[in-house]
Formats: sequence, C-alpha cells, structure tokens
Amino acid sequence: MHAAETVSTGFLFLAPWLVFAPVIGLLTNIVLGAWFMKRPWGENAVGIVASSASGATFIISVLLTYSLSANHGELPPWYLAEWIHIGDLTLDWQFRVDSLSTTMMLFVSGVATLIHIYAIGYMREDVRFKNDVGRYPRFFVFFNLFLAMMMILVSADSYLMLFVGWEGVGLCSFLLIGFWYELDTLGRPSWANSNAGNKAFIVNRIGDFGFLIAGFIMFWAFGSFQFDVVFEAAQHVAPGVILAITLLMLVGVAGKSAQIPLYVWLPDAMAGPTPVSALIHAATMVTAGVYLIARSAELYTLVPEAQFIVALTGAATALFAATIAVGQYDIKKVLAYSTISQLGFMVAAVGMGAFVAGMFHLVTHAFFKALLFLSAGSVILGLERGHHHAEHSHHEGHKDHKGKHSPNVRAERRASEAKPGDEAFDPNDMRNMGGMRKTMPVTFWLYMIGTLALAGIVPFAGFWSKDEILLEASLHYPIVYWLLTIAAFFTAFYMGRQIWMVFFGEPRHEAAAHAEESKPIITVPLMVLAALSLLGGVLNLPFEGFHNLGHWLEYTFHEVESLPLDTGVAGISTGLALLAILASWFIYGRNPLRAGEVDPLKRQLGPAFVVAERKWFVDEIYHAIIVTPFVKVSQFLADVIDGRFWHDWFHETVIAGTYNWVSNIGLDRYADQRGIDALANGLGRLTQWFAGILRKVQNGFVRSYALSVLLGVVLIVGYLILK
Amino acid sequence: MVPINYYIVLSAILFTIGALGVLVRRNALIIFMSIELMLNAANLAMVAFSSVLQSFSGQIFVFFVIAVAAAEVAVGLALIVEIFKSKRSIDVDQISSLKG
Amino acid sequence: MTLDLVFFLILSLIAIATALGMLLSRNAIYSALFLVLNFVTVAVFYLLLGAPFIAMAQITIYAGAIMVLFLFVIMLLGAENLPETQTLPWQKYLAGGLAAVLAVEATFIFLTRARPAGEIAPPDEAVNTIANLRELGDVLFRQYLLPFEVTSILLLVAMVGAIVLIRKEKRVH
Repeated sequence: MHAAETVSTGFLFLAPWLVFAPVIGLLTNIVLGAWFMKRPWGENAVGIVASSASGATFIISVLLTYSLSANHGELPPWYLAEWIHIGDLTLDWQFRVDSLSTTMMLFVSGVATLIHIYAIGYMREDVRFKNDVGRYPRFFVFFNLFLAMMMILVSADSYLMLFVGWEGVGLCSFLLIGFWYELDTLGRPSWANSNAGNKAFIVNRIGDFGFLIAGFIMFWAFGSFQFDVVFEAAQHVAPGVILAITLLMLVGVAGKSAQIPLYVWLPDAMAGPTPVSALIHAATMVTAGVYLIARSAELYTLVPEAQFIVALTGAATALFAATIAVGQYDIKKVLAYSTISQLGFMVAAVGMGAFVAGMFHLVTHAFFKALLFLSAGSVILGLERGHHHAEHSHHEGHKDHKGKHSPNVRAERRASEAKPGDEAFDPNDMRNMGGMRKTMPVTFWLYMIGTLALAGIVPFAGFWSKDEILLEASLHYPIVYWLLTIAAFFTAFYMGRQIWMVFFGEPRHEAAAHAEESKPIITVPLMVLAALSLLGGVLNLPFEGFHNLGHWLEYTFHEVESLPLDTGVAGISTGLALLAILASWFIYGRNPLRAGEVDPLKRQLGPAFVVAERKWFVDEIYHAIIVTPFVKVSQFLADVIDGRFWHDWFHETVIAGTYNWVSNIGLDRYADQRGIDALANGLGRLTQWFAGILRKVQNGFVRSYALSVLLGVVLIVGYLILK
Repeated sequence: MVPINYYIVLSAILFTIGALGVLVRRNALIIFMSIELMLNAANLAMVAFSSVLQSFSGQIFVFFVIAVAAAEVAVGLALIVEIFKSKRSIDVDQISSLKG
Repeated sequence: MTLDLVFFLILSLIAIATALGMLLSRNAIYSALFLVLNFVTVAVFYLLLGAPFIAMAQITIYAGAIMVLFLFVIMLLGAENLPETQTLPWQKYLAGGLAAVLAVEATFIFLTRARPAGEIAPPDEAVNTIANLRELGDVLFRQYLLPFEVTSILLLVAMVGAIVLIRKEKRVH
C-alpha cells in the first residue's frame, strides 16, 4: 500500500480478506483435518482453526467499519480482479464497503464466530452420539465455506456477484442440513435428513428462478449489474420494468428468507445440527433476502405497488407462521416457525420502506434467535446426556446398545406408551422435557433472556426493534400493523408455552430428570449472545441522540426518518405480549403438563389446534397440487403421448401400417393383376427401405447420431453460403 | 509466398477426413484418433491465423488445445478400456443399449 | 510457382495422404502410425508458419505421448481388427456424401470470403529466433497465467479421473 492511499481509504485494502480468511481456514482443515484428528488434541485444533478464521473476519469487519466512519461513510469499491468482460458488459470482483454492507458484515461475522466456538463443544458430543468422530472437520469446513459465501453476498458490488454468494450460501445450507445425510433426526438410518436438504435446495431453486429472471430483465433494461449503474438507470425506465424486476426479486426473497409461499423448506431444515440451525437458518443466511431488498432500496422506492406487496407478504407470513408455531412439539420446529414469523416482520419492514427498522430487527433477531437456538441445542444435548445416563443404568450390556443412542428403535410419539429406556427417544420433543430449570439452570436463564427478547418485553433488544417496525406500520399501512400486532401476540404466547413446557413442571421423561448442564465452551458464547440480546437495543433507541443505526445507515439510504417512541404502539404491543405470557401460564404453567397427557390447548380448541399442529396442511396441499400433478403429467407424457400415441399409434399403425398396406396392395393386386410387377416391387422396396431409415433414426448407434450432427453442420454452412 | 487460404483449405480437408473417420469407422480407438485429427486441423488453422495477424494468441490457444487433448485422451482411453472390460469389444455399434 | 508453394503442396499431399491412410487402414496399428506421420507433417507446417514452440509441443505431446498411449491401448486390448458386421450398411455412403459436400462448402467459403486474405511470409530469421520464443513465454506467463494454471489443474483432474475409472472396484462384503 502506498502511504497516501492508506491515509485516504484506511483499512479498505483488507476487504478481500473477508473472503480469504475463511477460505484459508477451510483449506487448512481440508488438508490437515484428517491429520489433526489422529491426535488427541485434534478436535480442538480443527475448531480453533475454523474459529480463528471466523474471528479474523470479524476483526476485518471492525476495521472496515472504523475506516468507513473515519471517511464519513464514503469508500470507493475495492477492485480485486477482472471477472467478466464481454462486449459492453464489464463486471469485476469488487467489494462494496458502505454502511449497509458493514452492518451485515459485523453482525454476521460476530455471530458466526460465537457459533463457531459453540460448535467446537456441540459437535464434539454430536459426532459421538452419532458414532462418527471422523466427520468432525467436515463440519467446520462447511461452516467456513458458508462464512466465505456470506461475505461475498454482503460485500458484493453487483447483483451477479451477490448471486454468487446467494447460491453459495444455499449450497452450504444444503450440505449442512444433510450433514448426517444417512440418518434421520433421531439418528436412525434413513434418508430423512438428505430429503430435507433436497427440499431446501429445490424450493430455493424456485426462488432463484425468480431472482434470475429479474437479473435478465435488469441486464436487458440497464445493460449492467453494478448496483450504482442499475440504480441510476432505473430512474429513467418505465415503472412497469421496475415493477417486474422488484416482484421477481421478491420471489427470490421468498425462497431464501422463507416467506409465503416458499417457506416450507425452513422447518425441515432443522434436520441439520443445531449450530447450523442457529447460524444459517436463523441468524444469517435467511436474512439475505431482507438484505437484498434493503440493498435494492432505490428500486423498491420507485414502485409503491411492489412495496405494498412485499409488506403484505411479510406481514401475512409473520402471522401465519406464528399460528403454526403454537401447535408444534419439536423445540427446534417452534423456533423455526418463529424464525419464519420474525423474517416476516423484517420483510414487512423493508417492504414499507422502513429499511432502518428492518435492518435493526435483523441484527437484534440474529442475537436472540441464535441465543435461543443454541440454548435449545444445549437443552437437547443435556437431554441426550440424561438419556444416555438413564439407558446405561437400565441396560448395562444390553444387546441393542451399540454405543449409539437408541439407533434402531422406532420413534414413539405418544407418551402414553412411553416406557423409559425402551422406546425411541426424541430429544427434540418438548413432551419429553419438563422441569429442566433445576437440571440445567444456566441454560434456563439464557433461554429466558432469549424468550423475553423475542417476545418483545422492555428493555430487551427485541422490544425496541419490533416496536420500531410496528410504529412504521401504524403510520403507513394499518392492515400490516394489525397483522403484525396479532403475530406479536402469538409470538409471546408460543414462547411462553415453550418455557412452561420445557423448564417448569415435573420431568415427563427419565432423560429430563437426568439431564446435565453443558460445559463452559457451550455456555460462554451463549452468555455473550445473552448480553447482546439484553443490550442490543442501544443500537437504535427511539430517543433523540440515540438513533445510532439510523444515522449510520443514512450514509447508504440518504433519507432516514427517525421516529420518537410512540407510547400507544409500544403500550399495545407490550400489553399484548404480557397478556399472551399470562395466557400461556394459565394454560401451560398453572397445571403443568404430565407425561402422557394431551396438550391442554388441544383439549380446549380441538380442530383449530390440529390445524396449527399440522401446519395448516400446507405440505399436504403442496403435495396434492404440485407434486402429484407433476408425477401424473410425467406419467401421461411417458405412457400415453410417447408410448401409446407416438410409438404404438404413429409409428406402428400409421407409418408401418401405411407402408405395409401400400406394399401389400401394390404387390397383391396391381403387380399380379395389371402386370406392373417391376414398378410395384420397386415401390414396395422403396417404402420398406424408407421405413427402415425412419425406424433407424433412434437406433442407439452413436455413429448415426454423429451423422445427423454432420448433416446439421452441412446445412448450416450451406445456409451461410446461400445467405 | 503461400496464401493463407491454402492453409485454411488444407485444414478444412483434414477436418473433413477426421469427421469421416468418426462416421464410418466402428473401432472406438480409430474414432478417437479421428477426433484428434480434427483437433489438429483446427490447430493448424489457428496457427496460420496467428501467423498472418502477427499475434501470439492463436499459438497460445493451440497450446491449451494440446493440453486439453492430452487430458481428453487420458480419460477417453480409460473409458474405452472400461468399456472393453464389460463388453469385450470396442466396436461402437455394440454399445447401442440406449436405442429408443 | 515459387519454391515455397511447391514445398507447401508436397507437404499437403503427404498430410492428406496420411490422413486418408489413417481413415482407410484395416489395422488399427497402421492407422495410429499413419496418424503419427500426419502429426509430424503438421508440425513441419507449424515451423513454416513461424511457430517453433508449437511445432515442438506437437511432436513431443501429440506424436510422442498421446500416440504412444494409443498404440499401447490398442496392443493391450488386442483390438487391431474388428470382425466384419453389417450394422449400418448405408452409413458409409451417406457420410462420404455429406463429408464431400462439407469439404466443397468449406473450400468455397475460405477461397471466396475469408477475411484475412494475407499471405504468409517465409519464416525469416526474425521470426525464428530465440527472441520469438521469449516473447511467447512472456505472453503465456503474464497475460495467460491463470488459464495456464487452470490447465495444469485440468490435467491433474484428468489423471485422477483416469485412475479412478481404471481402478479395480474394492470387494465389499
């Protein structure tokens, strides 16, 4: 670096190292991982390499943020390498460092580092429960790869580079959901996990299809993918084009950020190990869609229709997913639907043009949702330890016990048939928990903080960010406001239900009674996250002089309205949240659920609860209206069109029949009777020869296929000559 | 003084002979050799252009084509040996189980 | 008719004759040997065109390595001759016809429309000196450094692929 440059752009030259640092980490673990694992300290070494790579990314993000603020929010893009130069299209690997991208970098790399550290402890136990210790380094390789891709996504300077990261994080999500690809969530041999990965990948494909078409239109209309060029050119284009681009982009957002109608993959994605759920499917990757809309703010503000559709989609998703979360028993599924619901809040916010509120909620949500997921992971591990313990005391030397925890017993959902130690045991099922505040006190308190933050209780981080969204909604779109407020009520309710079911009452399963608290390597990162969930609100308090995030993002969005606290909106939402927690205590806390009992809400609501429990039957509906018709059409094409019509009727009956008929007639009647033997014979032979050629078009001989290629070449060259 | 067109026509003739080899021979190895001949014809044209245009790009490209051809031969011959192991023949007409 | 042109015509005849020899030989070994001869002739063309590096690469890689591999595989499989079959009797004539049309078309296009209708000077000293080679290396390792490295990875991948294909399956019980 030249001295002069260093002064003017500060640490900007470090921008590419956002991507290089995790890549170095993953290469180290690819090359040395197996060697590390032969040593007693191997797992620590693998984990430390990966975590320091992630930590380095965080430090670089801090330095970049520092340089950016020293330069008053203006830094030129950092050119790394030439990428695509075709005709008029010039695209390079350029890193864009502005206040929006550094915000994303900071919290992504920060949360990622904490989760990396947590994963050192979590995966150490997970690989032992699943009986495959050698797979340990692979997890961290995928994790670092994910971080690298996420950094490409957030630091991109063009839609195409963003798309590279977009696809990259999707790939990592697929790889990590199917991390235990040969097992299901209970550790039994099955393709359930890999099917979940496929579902995530394929549903995301549908979203990417929309994003891609948006990109094509963008290129057609503006001739560029560069953000600044596109935003500039968009001012002079018919609004219809922008509307098409923004709505197609919304399809991509719905895929990646799990909005209606493409959210179905996210609950299944919980098949991945818990750190994956926390990092990828709660804190970072799923927010990429929100980031995309915020990044494209200058496009969306041009078309209010698109903004309204985006806001409505987000609000509808927020409410819809919150109702489903009420009916779930799997601790991670509740959190997954909660994530979908909270993503709905963010999408609604950025849809309304409240980009600061959306980004604020994105950051605080990353803190408390990561905290909740990781604490849930701690609960699950504690339960598995307890189960292990219980099994050992019951079955010393049991012949089914091969070191895996109940690998070959079928999961029995109904607790009425539960006999300790014999049935398959689902450590994710909240009906197996209860009373865990005594066995896992640290986790309990951490979980409480996350819950209060999510429920939006003063003064936790979630209160401030959620309230800002609600306030913006009440000013712009009343319908969105009401949808979100009801969703907030449900949020507090299902979180209360979870707390009562998991931590209060009596243990409903022996494993819960014997659960053990996790080690510090798991709980310490959680404490950091808890502190952030508690204090994250100071990023953007609704008081004069405290709109920190708002002023910071003003560098990117130029016009930011900083609203004061509205006691009415805040009062309603807090009141509803407290009411919901009270209601959940009334239903779940006052008379704790006992082993084998039906969910009390199910007893009272009956069918309505079943609808929530079965997720509004969306999976069944999708299966009926998309998958089944698709299979039917394929079968129809293969069987009727190709087989019966084309082969049987057209080839056999029409072609072969006609020729047979012609040659028969020709030979029998005219040749013999009229004496034109030679001609008729010739005709017959000609037709047979011709039929032979026709039949041989699909003869399977590679040489005749090559011949048709040559025929095509000759025809094209001939056309070029005659043209 | 040789006009460049002569080189190009020679290249076209060699290419045609290569294409003919792919089409009429049944021996997979000879088909493969014919493909090499076609690559060579293209290379010849590229070097000729490079010579006329006084630019190295054509030669560099030919260099890469040679490298790719080497990779292709390594994999292709391995495939042929595998096919021979299962079919006991390298007659491409024997490999027609994909017929419609 | 200059000496250059005579030399060119003789070499072209050799190139075409060896190509046809490759095409028509019954025995695959003869085909391979004809092809070696063809490659050497083309290498001489490269020398005439002022590309000594490519000529040497042609001889070492094509005529040397690749064709030796071919001969080796032919002899390994014992596949010099194939039994006569009549699977696609009309293929020969159709292919011949089409190929002839293609050759005529291509010749027509190149003789009438080819854009750089320049002539190729005889290789004089300036082109064939070491300086030329140095310049080539300069271009190759500066402008085309990344493709060059990618090619090396490609070769590695091909090598691994070939080994994986040929390797005997492990017996799993």
